[in-house]
Amino acid sequence: MKQFRKLVAAATMLAAAAAPSFAADTIKIGEINHYKRLAAFAEPYKKGIELAVEEINGAGGVLGKPLEFIFRDDNGKPGDAVKIAEELMTRDGAVMLTGTILSNIGLAISSLAGEKGYIYLAAEPLADALVWQSGNPYTFRLRTSTYVQAAMLAEEAAKTDAIRYATIAPNYAYGTAAVEAFKENLKKLKPEVEFVTEQWPALFKIDAGAEVQALEAAKPDAIYNVTFGTDLQKFVREGTTRGLFDGRKVYGLLTGEPEYLDPLADEAPEGWFVTGYPWYGFTEGPAKEFVDAYIAAYPDETPKIGSLVGYMTAKSIAAALDKAGSTETDAILAAFEDLTVDTPMGEIVYRGLDNQSTMGAYVGTTALKDGKGVMVDWEYKNPVSYMPSDDEIKAMRPAE
Amino acid sequence: MTSGTTAPVLRVENLVRTFGGVKAVNGVSFEVMPGELKALIGPNGAGKSTCFNMLMGQLKPTAGKVFLKGEEITGKPPRAVWRRGVGRTFQITGTYQSMTVAENVQMALMSHHKRLFSILPHAYKVYREEAIELLDVVGMADQADRACAILAYGDLKRLELAIALSNNPHLLLMDEPTAGMAPKERINLMQLTADIVRDRGVSVLFTEHDMDVVFAHSHHIMVLNRGELIADGNVEEVRNNPKVQEVYLGGGTLYKQEPADA
Amino acid sequence: MGLLVAQLLTGLANAAALFLVASGLSLIFGVTRIVNFAHGSFYMLGAYFGVSLMDHLTGGFGFWTSIVLAGLIVGLIGVVVEILVLRPIYRAPELFQLVATFGVILVIQDLTLMIWGAEDQMGPRAPGLKSVVRIMGEPVPQYDLALIAITPFILFALWWLISRTRVGILVRAATQDREMVGALGVNQSWLFTGVFFLGSTLAGLGGAIQLPKGGADLLMDLNIISAVFVVVVIGGMGSILGAFVASVLISVLNVFGVAYIPQSTLVLMYVVMAVVLLVRPYGLFGREEKAGEHGQVGEPDRPIRPAGTLGKSLVALLIAVLALVPLYGGNFTQVLITDILIFCLFAASLQFMLSVGGLVSFGHAAYFGGGAYAAALLVTYADTPMELAFLFAPLAAGLLAIVFGWFCIRLSGVYFAMLTLAFSQLVWSLVFQWYDVTGGDDGLVNIWPAAWLSGTTAYYYFTLIVGIGGIILLRHITHAPFGYALRATRDSARQAEATGINVKLVQWTAFATAGAMAGLAGGLFVFSKGSVFPNELEISKSFDALIVVFLGGVKTLSGGVVGAAFMESVKDWLTRLEYWRLILGLLIIFVVIIAPEGIVGTLRKAAERVGLRRTEEFMR
Repeated sequence: MKQFRKLVAAATMLAAAAAPSFAADTIKIGEINHYKRLAAFAEPYKKGIELAVEEINGAGGVLGKPLEFIFRDDNGKPGDAVKIAEELMTRDGAVMLTGTILSNIGLAISSLAGEKGYIYLAAEPLADALVWQSGNPYTFRLRTSTYVQAAMLAEEAAKTDAIRYATIAPNYAYGTAAVEAFKENLKKLKPEVEFVTEQWPALFKIDAGAEVQALEAAKPDAIYNVTFGTDLQKFVREGTTRGLFDGRKVYGLLTGEPEYLDPLADEAPEGWFVTGYPWYGFTEGPAKEFVDAYIAAYPDETPKIGSLVGYMTAKSIAAALDKAGSTETDAILAAFEDLTVDTPMGEIVYRGLDNQSTMGAYVGTTALKDGKGVMVDWEYKNPVSYMPSDDEIKAMRPAE
Repeated sequence: MTSGTTAPVLRVENLVRTFGGVKAVNGVSFEVMPGELKALIGPNGAGKSTCFNMLMGQLKPTAGKVFLKGEEITGKPPRAVWRRGVGRTFQITGTYQSMTVAENVQMALMSHHKRLFSILPHAYKVYREEAIELLDVVGMADQADRACAILAYGDLKRLELAIALSNNPHLLLMDEPTAGMAPKERINLMQLTADIVRDRGVSVLFTEHDMDVVFAHSHHIMVLNRGELIADGNVEEVRNNPKVQEVYLGGGTLYKQEPADA
Repeated sequence: MGLLVAQLLTGLANAAALFLVASGLSLIFGVTRIVNFAHGSFYMLGAYFGVSLMDHLTGGFGFWTSIVLAGLIVGLIGVVVEILVLRPIYRAPELFQLVATFGVILVIQDLTLMIWGAEDQMGPRAPGLKSVVRIMGEPVPQYDLALIAITPFILFALWWLISRTRVGILVRAATQDREMVGALGVNQSWLFTGVFFLGSTLAGLGGAIQLPKGGADLLMDLNIISAVFVVVVIGGMGSILGAFVASVLISVLNVFGVAYIPQSTLVLMYVVMAVVLLVRPYGLFGREEKAGEHGQVGEPDRPIRPAGTLGKSLVALLIAVLALVPLYGGNFTQVLITDILIFCLFAASLQFMLSVGGLVSFGHAAYFGGGAYAAALLVTYADTPMELAFLFAPLAAGLLAIVFGWFCIRLSGVYFAMLTLAFSQLVWSLVFQWYDVTGGDDGLVNIWPAAWLSGTTAYYYFTLIVGIGGIILLRHITHAPFGYALRATRDSARQAEATGINVKLVQWTAFATAGAMAGLAGGLFVFSKGSVFPNELEISKSFDALIVVFLGGVKTLSGGVVGAAFMESVKDWLTRLEYWRLILGLLIIFVVIIAPEGIVGTLRKAAERVGLRRTEEFMR
């Protein structure tokens, strides 16, 4: 049945590609993602968008027209993504661009957006450089900044008496930034901490046994984990088997997100303090409404953080277009300035200061429940107080 | 004749080559005079090819010296030896299969005139007339524009000769020039070689299995056996040399315990 | 001390899966001479089948049965691939099979996605082997010890099979002399099929046996393949013992690398590979290749002539049409053609050394990406004007090629190819891990052209002039004396050397020229995209170029350009479909089987057959 539905979806896509003229009178948004390279993350994201688009169009669309996302696969290559972005904007008539999970592709599209004057809402990329060091007026970002999430974990870490910290992070920009942010914030709060070892496995190429040994050898009091995906699975299994986590507090960036916690099943680590998405814990309010709507739309699935980000992406774009009252780039650009959007996480603002949204994060402790990893004692944290100061941000952003 | 008033083109002094302790060539010394057609013969494994490869630089001698027109060329790479005026043909032809007959000769001419790194002209036009002239010498001019890949074997051998002449050599080294050819072709090719020696004053040193060819055309003959020179003289002298007769007629041990010819 | 021992054990355990996969690849190469790039896909399939089987077969017996079954299933898949895809093309030019195996990678990737879905599968843990043993106080997982114990048995079993059975004797004989085995009356194609079965089974076993330490995901095929190649090359292609020693060496080295230089683990592996190849070109246990074995086989190339009036007019017409594109084509058409032209130049540069020079490079991306990075680094750190930085791209790539070429040209055939791969991976890993300078995976961004070239149309014309100019230049060099000298070294190095041609110098110059032209393409690329990332240096980028040269026709002059234009256009359209990799993979396999002479070669033949093109006069 699942295969059949995929086939139908494929056929639909084929038809859509073959006959774009049918949908001539829609407002088109160009969406670029790694549907092949990171299928496990991109699919829930796409479903979130589709859910939101259904809701938006059910309520009359935007500016009197249906909203339409054109989904394109970039094969995980920045060069391809830039080409597709050009195509979406200049041939397919997209009014703006969105998408990408991988930071490097987000940065490539962002650079193009700045050069060519296309609006780009970076949905999921984690690199803060998108809005800070390499920021430009045309690039906006929805997802909670890595700096903020790391600061939330550092705040919690500072409350314990752990002094010796070890870190493990994938050896690319997101990992480096996540470690730096954690160190900076923790040292600020607790100057006596020391970082006894830093491990940098190559992304998706971890040698977990060796990493665990290297961490163990440094005898840390606490561990800060930034690995995710298959790296995380291997790291957790080796670490648990070899007793690395026994008697140590572990802080896990994104570890609580269902994308990463679910595949661990009954091997999910217990007692880690993490950022994530505890959709199963909501009892009321917009957060719960989204979860219910998502499960109603996709009965075989549970929501992921990607689903939420996808949903909020579409909602943000609809809100921007409504506010702009037109699909002209200048109008949308102006509309994004301090744009407020109602989302399952409550109201968020696209800050005029740095084009970063104020999407927050859920923090909590991992536990096992019915053979699955979950977050308990979680709370939602507003990001604003964790951000660098406005002056610091201004100093980081290139002059405009 | 070998000690005439003119200086030898090629002088070899006490050449030695060992393979893992076995002496393939052991203390060979000889000279080749200008305009001389000289054969180097010997049974299989006598060291002929090893000897040849050392003259041309494909193989470094263990000991000994090689002089070309008085200049030492021992151990120099083949291309350096060629640049000093030594042409070579191989037992198994090594022409350029993807080129035409004329282009094969032009290639050697471009090398001779040091135009190899030129990127301006179209190569198929460069030195074409000279190439046709050389092909004419070996009787291949009418096939100049055929692909080398489709030539008959005998034609390939003649082409090789034309290539070998392209740097106006003082000396031609020909390894088994008639191997694999029909008897009539052999005679023709050796006659051609003899003509070239006569007309151009080139010296030729060649190895050969076919005794008819050797005795019909050579001015002088050297006989190599087990890495050592056992005879060096004119046709009659060699024919009547008892050692040579033993090697070619009576030697039961000849084909045993011989190192493989490299 | 305890830690050291524990680290050593971890390395040994990691070596198990690597050894299984590498020994399979080595075996396949040794007998069939196929460089099977799809071997990583067999490894991935082994993992997925293992996970599925373990779902149904429980307990200790079920676990181990699942591993064996997964191996056998993958072995059978290997047989299917061999019979359907490779058998028809054994007579095609060497390394053509390589292109087919790349098609297989794409097909298997999409089929796996269809069957198992996108989500990463966590491998089950081995029943009864879930805890640790304390060795000198350090915890060592029981499963690690099981792996360490199993590996020598597999090595022994393979050794026994190879050296003590009739099949093994045939395999060894075939490794040394394929023609001889054929002459002995052995059915060579079934021998090849059998070896493919064994090799694929080993890869499948490797995928299944690593499950308790990892899992199954869609990236694991390409993730393992470079490590496996490193192992096979270090060990010596075709040597089982070599694969074992190199697996252990690399795995142990990696464990210590993780502990002591955690940010350079990738670099380390490729440095070791390059050093081994330089000291022992045929690997630790490899045998020297027989000369000519990987040279040109099959029909020799035709003699070449510069294009005649008709050809020149057609090219002029094409250029005219391209020059008019901005008048009638949209903005995106120009962007797309810009991409295509850049790729064509890149492919042409590879074809120059590959087809004309017979130098098969597996690492040509190093010069494309190297040029792009050189320009981008200048812009980023020195605020160099675009025009200057652009000129620096071919210069830097050429310099890089001069340095690497100096080492590479000492080898030949598949070992030459492997050393080029090692160097390109070295560059890639350096760029990837030297975050402070290169930005690592986040690349270098905001590398845009100067104001006068910043418009799409302006840059389109710039690419048109430089790209086509580069292609024409390369083609002209091919027809010039230097191009002839290069072909001479390819046709017969001995003859070339004996007629005064410095073979190595000619090859080195060609290598540098090809590198510089690839760098020129890289320079065009970086300013058209505004950014550059390590994936422009990846193996797959090198393969892209390799594939189009073979697709277009390796024994032609325009094959690379035609193949590149064809591939880039097809890809642009195909990538809109959900399962485009499947279609592309099948397309590649299809072209390889029905048109082993490539697009241009086949068209040429067809035209001759129907009389459209007269047989060239030199073939009469």
